[in-house]
Amino acid sequence: MDVLTLSRVQFGATIAFHYIYPPLSIGLGVMLVLMEGLWLKTGKSVYHQMARFWTKVFALTFAMGVATGIVMEFEFGTNWATYSRFVGDVFGSALAAEGIFAFFLESGFLAVLLFGWEKVGRKLHFFSTCMVCLGAHFSAVWIVVANSWMQTPAGYHIVGQGLKARAEITDFWQLVFNPSMVDRLLHTVCGAWCAGAFLVVSISAWYLLKKIHVEFARASLKAGLAVALLASLLQAITGDRNAKGVAKNQPAKLAAFEGLYETRSNAPLTIVGWVDEKNEKTSGIRVPGMLSFLARGDFHAPVTGLKEFKPADRPPVTASFLFFHAMAGLGFGLIGIALLGIWYLRQDTLHERRWLLWMLVLSALGPQIANQLGWFAAEVGRQPWLVYGLMRTPEGLSAVVKANAVLATLVLFTFIYFLLFAVFIYVLNDKIQHGPDDADLIPSGKLALPTRH
Amino acid sequence: MHLDLNFIWFILVGILFTGYAMLDGFDLGIGALHLFTNKDEERRVMLNSIGPVWDGNEVWLVTGGGALFAAFPNVYATAFSGFYLALFLLLASLIFRAVAIEFRGKRPEHWWRQMWDVSFAAGSVLSSLLIGVALGNIAWGVPVDADGEFAGTFAGLLKPYPLLVGVTTVALFMTHGAIYGVMKTEGKLHDKLRVWTTRCIIFFVICAVTLTMATLLFVPHLAPRVRENPWLFSVALANMLAIANIPREFQHGRDRRAFLSSCAAIVTLMVLFALNTFPNLIYSLPHPENSLTIYNAASSPKTLRIMLVIACIGIPAVLAYTVSIYWIFRGKVKLDKMSY
Repeated sequence: MDVLTLSRVQFGATIAFHYIYPPLSIGLGVMLVLMEGLWLKTGKSVYHQMARFWTKVFALTFAMGVATGIVMEFEFGTNWATYSRFVGDVFGSALAAEGIFAFFLESGFLAVLLFGWEKVGRKLHFFSTCMVCLGAHFSAVWIVVANSWMQTPAGYHIVGQGLKARAEITDFWQLVFNPSMVDRLLHTVCGAWCAGAFLVVSISAWYLLKKIHVEFARASLKAGLAVALLASLLQAITGDRNAKGVAKNQPAKLAAFEGLYETRSNAPLTIVGWVDEKNEKTSGIRVPGMLSFLARGDFHAPVTGLKEFKPADRPPVTASFLFFHAMAGLGFGLIGIALLGIWYLRQDTLHERRWLLWMLVLSALGPQIANQLGWFAAEVGRQPWLVYGLMRTPEGLSAVVKANAVLATLVLFTFIYFLLFAVFIYVLNDKIQHGPDDADLIPSGKLALPTRH
Repeated sequence: MHLDLNFIWFILVGILFTGYAMLDGFDLGIGALHLFTNKDEERRVMLNSIGPVWDGNEVWLVTGGGALFAAFPNVYATAFSGFYLALFLLLASLIFRAVAIEFRGKRPEHWWRQMWDVSFAAGSVLSSLLIGVALGNIAWGVPVDADGEFAGTFAGLLKPYPLLVGVTTVALFMTHGAIYGVMKTEGKLHDKLRVWTTRCIIFFVICAVTLTMATLLFVPHLAPRVRENPWLFSVALANMLAIANIPREFQHGRDRRAFLSSCAAIVTLMVLFALNTFPNLIYSLPHPENSLTIYNAASSPKTLRIMLVIACIGIPAVLAYTVSIYWIFRGKVKLDKMSY
């Protein structure tokens, strides 16, 4: 394989593996704030037990996120040096801002969240939990700013020519609020909330199936399902806003998502289907006019097709189409699962419906897969561009890195990541089997002090 | 040399990497000493002495990398693609160090703990060594072509001088970590750490003296700056006094002051390094005209200015949380059920 393929595979593999964890940290962060907040408000000890147990799960995902995240910070320089020189002025600023505003905040207060239970008072502990959660969200903000700039560059101008050309900032706020940033951020954050909430739902449902830690599981399930439903509904709304943005800013990408070759009005939306790249046709179950409506807000509005673009400027159609449709399908499935869960929870018959509990147990995989597919769709759909319209992917490679070096690190990191993943699952399973600690029903240390009312 | 944005960013990136060396330095040092005891409880105390802070300390490196990318993208690109294999080894070491801390305490089995103990110690030693080798290469000079690309090989990075800097870094971090351990522990482990600290100091002093001689003898481009500005010799003097003060304070049982002295030794070493490198960030050998400097490798003035605003907003906050975390977790380590 050549350096280009190897570097793309390496970047894809390391980012995909990394991206299992940050959404969990963001989503579980929100769950922790909710649980600890409920504890402070009601004083019910089950909420304290919940906060303590889910903190342990959070710590595990956070550690994995930190360990795999440091690779990403350096990989632009190692494998994509030409890209780094081209965009450093713009893109580097976002990464540095992430370090200063997000990582320090997160890692500082994390110490109090994990180890400070008996060292600081309730309010200061709750404040630390909120700050960790906020830090995790800031991190999402700056990364999405950086990535969105690659999708819809703004606030820059090109200085120099040929190999010396580079993008320089002209307007920082235009760069930060580039056309796709807000919609993509909301969509990413909702996906992260889903990941955290459905993990809580899944583990709690499993306890209910096994009829252990029942009170804990019911309280966790309730909190988890509430956030899961809210986040999955918001996910559909932000997804719709993104589709409109993609239609406007990256028409080739939207056409690839939908496998639309001919520019047409009354464009149909494919619910399930497949793309025949050879004959440039897409077939399947389709809703006429729906794509025009979703992309342009009018059933008769024209939607640009792939044939408007030279074959060299089109993204890989089948991959974009499949990733996008699988993501959207999973997203709607998750709304359905959350609705069913809440419905039977309110009827108080959830514990009798084992089929639904099993579905809830498996639901933790849904947001994980959908988040990955969503990013695959976003990044594959951006091809052949590394920076949309400015730099093609092969142009960004490091000039001095040879294929065998990339192969060596790819093999090394694949091995390390498989090992880490196995250990992560093993330790996570261990924590789940161990379950919440009954001693946590009685807060000790400084936390035992009654809060003032 | 005047105070322009490029110079300010040279200082700021320097502060971030110095902060990293001073803070994560003792974490890596504790890691290097980890296998010296084989009692599970003592190993737990060692791990938990850095438990609440190591993650925040590593952020200094991540932010330093980000700041280098933003302020001097050409240096970030050339160094990281040029030191490709070395950098991935560093990343792998840091990963093993990080996950070992998290995973070790999760299972009671002996083989499980032993596995993560080795991973923690090896990750820490290798990280310190590779960081030192990288600094050593920058000080010695690396081949850079006219396009500003690295023109050497991986094996070419393993010259004796950079390796010596690597070993010195390990010794320095071990000393730093051992003193930190002395401050954070009590009882038998504390007494053991006192003995190790003395040995680490001797190891470090031998390395430091050898390195100084090697630098004077074999790295001719480093001395002229001090020769041109003799007042800069005071930094070298301060460095020597800081190093000499470590055993002095330590012998008198003033551990906190000994730790502050080893912090001062790290800071003055980094200042010396920066003084000698300036205005280059990557010194090109054998073609010094291809060197990447704080001017030819920098981002646009506008970006540097925006980044400065970001830094001015962010740094006070960062210092505030760093100080409060160290304050909250001050004193000797006590194991409880939240511990690793």
